[in-house]
Amino acid sequence: MELKDIIKPENLVYEKPRLMNENPMHYCPGCSHGVIHKLIAEVIADMGLEDKTIGVSPVGCAVFAYNYIDIDWIEAAHGRAPAVATAAKRLNPDRMVFTYQGDGDLAAIGTAETIHAANRGENIVIVFVNNAIYGMTGGQMAPTTLEGMPTSTTPYGRNIALNGHPLKIGELLAKLEGTCLVTRQSVHTAAAVKKAKRSLRKAFENAMAGKGTSVVEFVSTCSSGWKTTPDKANKWMEENMFPFYPLGDLKNKEEGI
Amino acid sequence: MAKIKGAVVVNTERCKGCNLCVVACPSDVLELHPREVNNKGYHYVYMKEPDKCIGCANCGQVCPDGCLTIYKVKI
Repeated sequence: MELKDIIKPENLVYEKPRLMNENPMHYCPGCSHGVIHKLIAEVIADMGLEDKTIGVSPVGCAVFAYNYIDIDWIEAAHGRAPAVATAAKRLNPDRMVFTYQGDGDLAAIGTAETIHAANRGENIVIVFVNNAIYGMTGGQMAPTTLEGMPTSTTPYGRNIALNGHPLKIGELLAKLEGTCLVTRQSVHTAAAVKKAKRSLRKAFENAMAGKGTSVVEFVSTCSSGWKTTPDKANKWMEENMFPFYPLGDLKNKEEGI
Repeated sequence: MAKIKGAVVVNTERCKGCNLCVVACPSDVLELHPREVNNKGYHYVYMKEPDKCIGCANCGQVCPDGCLTIYKVKI
C-alpha cells in the first residue's frame, strides 16, 4: 500500500488541535510548553468552550501563549494571574477562566495571589508548569529548584543551608479548603500526555460546575535551562524530579483523596 | 489479524528537530534528517522506514510544536 493511499482525511487519527493557530511557537525545541498548549487547546475544543474561555497568560516563557491558542486572553502582571482571573471569573461567572503560569511566576512572585485565590476557592483553573528553573531569563534558581541542582545562579547546585528547601506548591495548595482538585502530571510520554489530558478536562469541568479552585501542575523540562537535549532532559526529569514531585492526584474532593 | 498501516506527515517548517518523536516512536520509524534542514536551520524529522509505521500517534502526542499529522488504515 502506497503512502498516498493511507494519507486520506478518513484515515486521520491525530492532527494539530484546531484551536492552535499557524504561528510558529517561540519556545525552544522540545519545550514542554508546546505539549501543554496543545492539551489545553484540545480540551477546550472537546468541551466546546472556545467562545467561553478566558485564559490569563503569565510573565515567563509562556508570556506569548495568547499568540498560539485561538481563545480570549488577558496578559497579567508578573505573578498576578490568579488575581486577574478572580476578577474575570467573578464578572463573567458563565465563562471558563484559567491561568497559565510557570514556577517563577506562580511559586515566587505570585505566591500570595496563588494561595489566596485558592483559599477563597475561586472557580478558576490554575495550570502550573513546574520546570524547576527560570527559563526565560537564563536559567536562574527558582523556588522549585531541586537540592543540588545546578543553575546559573547556583553553579555548584542548590545549597539548602543557603537557599532553603524547594517549595512543594502542589502539597501546599492541597491543604487549603478552597481547592477541589490538585493534581500533578507530566507530558514526557504519550501515556502521560493522555493521563494529563483527563486531569485537565476534570479541572475545567470543576471550574464550570463551580466546585472551587482546580490546580493542575505539570512537572516539565527546560532543556535549554538545564543545558541538555530534550530527550535527556526527559530522562533527567524522570530520575530526579519525579522522586521529589511524585505524579498523581494530591487532592480530589470527589474521589475522597 | 488485521494488519495496520500508518503514515506520518511532517510540517517541516514547524519542526524544530527536538528528537522527542523519534524517542517516542515504538517502531523506530522516524529519524531527524541527517542532511536536509528547514528555513530555520533545524534538521526536521522524516519517515525513515515508512513500512514499519503502525499509526499509534505517540509521536504526535509528544510533539511540542504540533507538526505531525498521523493517518492509520486497516488492510
